[in-house]
Amino acid sequence: MSHFAELMERNRVSHGRRRKVANAVMLSLTGLLTALALVPLFWIIGYVILKGGQYINLDFFIHLPRPLGMPGGGVLSAIEGTLVVTFLAALFAIPPGVLAAFYAARYPNTPLGVVLRFSTDVLSGVPSIVVGLFAYSVIVVPMGHYSGLAGGAALAVIMLPTIIRTTEEMLKLVPATLREASLGLGAPEWKTSLNVLFPAASSGILTGFLLALARAAGETAPLLMTTLGNEHFNISQIFTAGVQGHKSIFTILWSIVNQPVDSLPLTLWKYAQQPYPERVQQAWAVALVLMLFVLIVNATARVWIQRRNRLMKG
Amino acid sequence: MEISESVFKPAVEGDGVAKVNIKDLAVYYGKFRALAGINLSVHEKRITAIIGPSGCGKSTLLRSFNRMNDLTPGCRVQGEISLDGENIYAPGVDVVDIRRRVGMVFQRANPFPKSIYDNVAYGPRLYGIHRKADLDEIVEKSIHQAALWEEVKDKLHQSGLSLSGGQQQRLCIARALAVEPEVILMDEPASALDPISTLRIEELMQELKKDYTIIIVTHNMQQAARVSDYTAMMMIDEQRAGRMIEYDHTNIIFTRPKDKRTEDYVTGRFG
Amino acid sequence: MRKTFESEIQQLKDELLLLGSMVEQQILDSVESLKQRDIEASRHIYKTDAQINAKRYAIEEQVMIAIATQQPMAHDLRLLASILEVAGELERMGDYAKGIATVSIRMGDQPLLKPLIDIPRMAQKSADMLHRALTAFINEDVAAARLIPAEDDEVDGLYTQVYHELMMFVIQDAKVIERANWLLWVAHNLERVADRVTNICERTIFIATGEIKEIGSSSDEST
Repeated sequence: MSHFAELMERNRVSHGRRRKVANAVMLSLTGLLTALALVPLFWIIGYVILKGGQYINLDFFIHLPRPLGMPGGGVLSAIEGTLVVTFLAALFAIPPGVLAAFYAARYPNTPLGVVLRFSTDVLSGVPSIVVGLFAYSVIVVPMGHYSGLAGGAALAVIMLPTIIRTTEEMLKLVPATLREASLGLGAPEWKTSLNVLFPAASSGILTGFLLALARAAGETAPLLMTTLGNEHFNISQIFTAGVQGHKSIFTILWSIVNQPVDSLPLTLWKYAQQPYPERVQQAWAVALVLMLFVLIVNATARVWIQRRNRLMKG
Repeated sequence: MEISESVFKPAVEGDGVAKVNIKDLAVYYGKFRALAGINLSVHEKRITAIIGPSGCGKSTLLRSFNRMNDLTPGCRVQGEISLDGENIYAPGVDVVDIRRRVGMVFQRANPFPKSIYDNVAYGPRLYGIHRKADLDEIVEKSIHQAALWEEVKDKLHQSGLSLSGGQQQRLCIARALAVEPEVILMDEPASALDPISTLRIEELMQELKKDYTIIIVTHNMQQAARVSDYTAMMMIDEQRAGRMIEYDHTNIIFTRPKDKRTEDYVTGRFG
Repeated sequence: MRKTFESEIQQLKDELLLLGSMVEQQILDSVESLKQRDIEASRHIYKTDAQINAKRYAIEEQVMIAIATQQPMAHDLRLLASILEVAGELERMGDYAKGIATVSIRMGDQPLLKPLIDIPRMAQKSADMLHRALTAFINEDVAAARLIPAEDDEVDGLYTQVYHELMMFVIQDAKVIERANWLLWVAHNLERVADRVTNICERTIFIATGEIKEIGSSSDEST
């Protein structure tokens, strides 16, 4: 037997036992800590379901808020407001975000590229209330009133860094040979980006976008300063009024965004502070709705991506 | 170490016309000279192999033929490469057109994450061909030429990534053929494939050379011996620039090469 | 698969057949020119021999190229190696024919000791054996290849006959010893041709089975 084999043989029993013990200890330790990390998640979810579930019914989703004292009422205005504001945020953030990411991925070492990446990092660290204040002074003040538009803009600024960063990372993951293959066929850079790189990275880009969206939907501070809150916000009402008044579609759309809107986080904040137990109850319900919203967005994203991946891999 | 600078060979009579002529080519990456003093005359509708040890600049040379080196930042080219007598590095040359006429197949098959049909139709669509009837015809013809039709004719709309490695590489060849190039560059096209797939690609090359000029880079000497009509041997000099040591008919390179360095390399005694 | 290689092999076989028929003709012509005392024809044999040598080397070069560029294995390798061997055998048979032509030239005007009968028969037989052996080689016909070596006995028998006849001439008249020697030499060359044909048959079997087996003839080879 070789020298090494002898040494191994000598230590076989004791070392083996030690190894088994160490293995078991580490396994239990990691399991324990993992469970520990999951505790807050399940606790929060459970608590919210418990507290908020009592108040959820269909009415909650389809009715406008009623003044205190009157039974029933819902948070339709808040739901619609959140949808409007996040939609606007997506509209404002995605085109520049995606294009900026393409630029940064393609020309990382040019002055613009370096500045872009640095600014993205800085922007992601700016507190959301500061963003809200910024939107207030730049949009709300000149316009003279609070609006969904301003809220959308503020949320867009918050979404932008996430979108840029994930898009860029996803583009970097696309194998360089795909780009070369396209260029080798004679395609110009922009067509290559559009027809090859973007589809190849699309599931990743979508994930990034949905992550950003879910985060933005839950932001309260910027909305404080830009949308104010509007318990009478009702899109269908605005629509029918506009049609009856023979207004053009653009005017109608403009009037939707150009007024103060309600939103779920804002509503939660308002209700939670009020001294009326009913309102507090409703606040819990709103929390549940918000959580459900985030959950649905994430789940949709995952399903969509899995389906696409299955199609692509054939 | 003497380096024979001028292996510039005008087309040998009866041996096919010179399709591509390289004259005094040097390629720099920043300050580093990667290729020096390259002179080469590639014969039309023949297979020319470029062999040599790792890092001798074979791929750099290959990528000069279709100006893919332009994509590497800091890359500078001196000298000229003429396609049918016209220098492709002349100012004002349409690079897109060069890349259509000089197609490329890469080491690892890289089909787009699209359907088989869309992969092959990608090139023609770039050049404005959009009518379904035209595209159908081109797609079928190209896949036939790549000896892949029987295997995929019933699943043209499945993803290109669902094919096996050898099939994917043939798909990439079909994709390159779809824009009707004149020259096909192959960068170690079979190095990632099993021996049977490799032999199929080699048979395909023999078929293709009837219509296309083929230039292949390979580190597999036996493949170069099997498949090519002409072989160019490259090596780096003391300044680590790649140079062409010998260029001749493949039969000569592998049975009685003129340069001792070539002999050492093909007999496996190099290094 | 390997279409190029297959066609290269076919080309080599064709070239070998061509070389073989050149040699066959050479053998018959050399004996005919001796029989007819046609000195010009004998000299022509020399020219043809140069062509035979050139062709042999051309085949050799082609085989080397095929080995270097096609990495033949197993059966293909045995085939190519055997083609090299057989080309060499054929070239040496050509040299035997040239030797016969040399004798014819040396004999000059001197009459033959007797009208040649057995020697032409030896030439016919050897040439015929060669033809069939080559055909068997090209077609890789092992059965035929196994049968041909036995016919070497016939050639050996004729040689013995010629030998004894010539000895009788010399015993009767010592002055004819030079011509007798030369004629014996011609017979000897033809007998060697037949022996080499046996080698070709051994190679045919080798290609198919991978084994070299010496096929001895029933009479001893004691020349």
